[in-house]
Amino acid sequence: MTSSSIDAYAATASIPGELKVIQDATCTFCGCVCDDIDLTVKDDHIIEAKRACVLGKAWFLNHHNDGRASCHIDGKPASLEEGYDRAARILTSGRYPIVYGLSDSPCEAQRVAVSIVDWIKGTIDTTTSVCHGPSGMAFQGVGEVTCSLGEVANRGDMIIFWGANPAESHPRHFTRYSLMPKGMFLPNGRKDRTCVFIDVRKTKSAKAADIFLQIKPRKDFEALWTLRALAKGIELDPELVHRETGVELSVWQDLMDRMKACKFGVIFFGMGLTMTRGKHANTEALLALTRDMNAFTRFAAKPNRGHGNVSGADNVVSWRTGYPFGVNHSRGYPRFNPGEYTTSDTLANGEADAAMTIACDPMANFSQPAREHLASIPLISLDTKETPTTRAATVAFTVATYGINTGGTVYRMDDVPIPLRPAFQSPHPSDFEVLTAIEERVKKIMGITE
Amino acid sequence: MTAIEYTKVSQGTVYDPANGIDGQVRDLWIAGGRIVAAPTDPDVRPARVIDASGLVVMPGGIDMHCHIAGPKVNVARKMRPEEKRKGEQISGTSNTHSGTMGSVPSTFATGYKYAALGYTTAFDAAVPPLGARHAHEEFDDTPCLDKGFYVLMGNNHYVMQSLQRNEPQKLKAFIGWLLAATKGFAPKLVNPGGVEVWKSHQAGNVSGLDQSVDHFNVTPRQIIRGIAQAAGELGLPHPVHIHCNNLGMPGNWETTLETMKALEGFGGHITHAQFHSYGGGDGDENTFNSKVIQLADYVNTHPNLTVDVGQVLFGETTSMTGDGPLGYFLSKVYGGKWFSSDTEMESGCGITPIKYKNKSLVHALQWAIGLEWYLLVEDPWRVVMSTDHPNGGSFLAYPQIIRLLMDRTYRRDILQTCHPMVRERSTLWDLDREYSLNEIAIITRAGPARILGLKDKGHLGPGADADITIYTPHENKEIMFEMPRVVIKSGQVIVEQGEIRHTPIGKTLHVDPVYDHEVEPDIQQWFEKYYSIRWRNYPVDISYLHESSVVPPRV
Repeated sequence: MTSSSIDAYAATASIPGELKVIQDATCTFCGCVCDDIDLTVKDDHIIEAKRACVLGKAWFLNHHNDGRASCHIDGKPASLEEGYDRAARILTSGRYPIVYGLSDSPCEAQRVAVSIVDWIKGTIDTTTSVCHGPSGMAFQGVGEVTCSLGEVANRGDMIIFWGANPAESHPRHFTRYSLMPKGMFLPNGRKDRTCVFIDVRKTKSAKAADIFLQIKPRKDFEALWTLRALAKGIELDPELVHRETGVELSVWQDLMDRMKACKFGVIFFGMGLTMTRGKHANTEALLALTRDMNAFTRFAAKPNRGHGNVSGADNVVSWRTGYPFGVNHSRGYPRFNPGEYTTSDTLANGEADAAMTIACDPMANFSQPAREHLASIPLISLDTKETPTTRAATVAFTVATYGINTGGTVYRMDDVPIPLRPAFQSPHPSDFEVLTAIEERVKKIMGITE
Repeated sequence: MTAIEYTKVSQGTVYDPANGIDGQVRDLWIAGGRIVAAPTDPDVRPARVIDASGLVVMPGGIDMHCHIAGPKVNVARKMRPEEKRKGEQISGTSNTHSGTMGSVPSTFATGYKYAALGYTTAFDAAVPPLGARHAHEEFDDTPCLDKGFYVLMGNNHYVMQSLQRNEPQKLKAFIGWLLAATKGFAPKLVNPGGVEVWKSHQAGNVSGLDQSVDHFNVTPRQIIRGIAQAAGELGLPHPVHIHCNNLGMPGNWETTLETMKALEGFGGHITHAQFHSYGGGDGDENTFNSKVIQLADYVNTHPNLTVDVGQVLFGETTSMTGDGPLGYFLSKVYGGKWFSSDTEMESGCGITPIKYKNKSLVHALQWAIGLEWYLLVEDPWRVVMSTDHPNGGSFLAYPQIIRLLMDRTYRRDILQTCHPMVRERSTLWDLDREYSLNEIAIITRAGPARILGLKDKGHLGPGADADITIYTPHENKEIMFEMPRVVIKSGQVIVEQGEIRHTPIGKTLHVDPVYDHEVEPDIQQWFEKYYSIRWRNYPVDISYLHESSVVPPRV
């Protein structure tokens, strides 16, 4: 028997005026990937998204078909066939073609994107390189002690958030996974847990904390090493610790005592750690601290990943190339070098001479030199809506939205793969369909017979 | 009606032990991807003839215990960039994808390398049910092989709860449901009970078969016995695949013997037996020695037992296991980077880089103990070649192991390069046995097919899958086995002399047991209380399997 997982749960056509309910739909807005949403659909509109958070509701309820053409070439509506042909020509004539994005696409589409890069000997990179890329590098240095989110719910009696603001970025984090659930070994839920927030500012999330430590900006590394030293019982100079971290040594000591006394501690960390001074060195310190703590009790760490399928992108790129992001194929085989093959660098250095962006908007959030270079080279974009990047694109495909219009697989921030149950059909092709059509043409041009 | 299109493998020297053919010259006829009887009409001409005269013909190789897909394998890929850059580079060609090697090759590279070695079927040995969908996705990117996986359940909460409450009917239904939900192949026990203790205690583990797992109040012995019985009653083609407690610990042979006894006559497979056959006391490496004689004796006299070896080869590799506490132990021994992940309700995982050195007494003994297993189990049908890839070494070392088994002079030459104490603490030096080609065909294809209950594999009789490997004979068996002349998968030539010709994706082999569906509401109630994903989103849809085949129960 032969079939494809992209169709595991395909969207059905709406019957005018009738209500349709999709149970256990999956929200792909953030890395929480909540799969318990009940969607009510009427006339190709989602009118209710039960259990979704404020971000999820906005994601589902604001979705509409805007009547935009599925393909634009040089800013003018064009047929998909013309778009596919032009895209394949652009990708195969570049000497340094790059493909970037992927974190808001299902794994099935990501796999096709990696194939295209393989055939054109290009460079593939994902949005990981601008969010938790440093975490990936730290991981390669020290490893990671971690667990699935259900383990946090069932066992985590001490929950620490570092440089993260889940109340605003992952609104159901507390209720589904980390603080509120009544777990197998924590029958009283929130009462059985101690919650600590460590950050350079008092965010909305800090309200949830039993203990809030405001550290000096750009001093995460020093703070983490203070805890590592205390874990090992090394004596520290109180004045130095206070000066460097902004927090009294006695407070750090109290935190360490609690960490050693808990049964199962978990540290969630965000971009407040990975994208500030120290970057991968900060994450390395945090992962090493977590590892150290396992000499006293059980402790786990977990990055709060942002995009709905950024973890899937890490996984797909890793199983196909051996490396998680920033992978160059110009010699015919994969090579990994963050800072060289990562997109902000290939663009800012003026190396890339053709680009394809999938479900991302570098023209809105990359550095000025990177944006200027991207605007100067042939660009193919795939996005669900018009963005600064699609406006700059030579070929712009408008694609169906994953999880709302199309099926497939996404990986939650703890690498648990979850299927999508789409609500209604889109007039636009999925990114899987667009990439597959481009791949067919690329293979023909390159003489690939696989 | 169109005529049947035949391929003929002509005049090869055939080793097909399942059909009693030991090096006789035969023609093999292939049609529709299977071996067929020679056409009775003498005028029928094959569309293609593969001249195998002077060459050795065997069924395609079957690796019944390796780690090639799923969450922990992929974590190991992510974690070890340093060994890929200096390893062999796999360039893309007009019909193959590029990839990377190191101890944990990327998916496409894995498929190509197995195929080029003459292997056409492989089973991943440890997939957490929650990651089953991931393993299937990787399988779809691992070409040239038929594949399946074993499902971790030795620390599953529902399993332990059923045993605690003495509800064998629920246990049996749960195993059936879990295998169907994951589209898995067999139940896998990894350090039964021990991983659950690890989740709730610093450096936690169980030390023996009768230690109670807290909260559930069951013992490893009950888990082993209970699952073996339930799996036997379900008629599973491969009832239970067991990674014993206390892996790697001096003195663990007694735990292994107790595990064999705990099966109480039910069928069971002890995996990577090498890692479980150590004498010596209380974690003391100075008293470390081989206890293979005692264990092999027990296997020889108990036909319900089979083993694969988990041979260690000298060099660098990556240890990866569902045995969380073992990962912690190894990371402390080696001091390198360490990955550990606990999966809710189900399992654990440990990964760390390791290196086996021939000058280390412990490592050299591990190497010798593996070889003793091959040489001391009398019936080759009950011992299977494995390196527990990549734990003992890469599957690419199989040709070297074959040479070690077929050539005692070579074996002794290597032994002489090892730590001198190995000769005192194992019997390897005194073992004269040399494997024949027929016996190699058993331990690398016919035997594993029989142990796995794969009726269409591991032999070359009519009806078998036309998975065939053709070797050029050579006095040095490592050279002979490292580059087959031709590899045929489902009737199609996929490799010729190391060159990949075709890359069929291969079938996923899974089971679809008949179980009591009345128990499902009870499972659902339990599931919804403690899992972090929804009940309906847990089972893997058949569409993830692409090409697939249900392996029927044993009758």
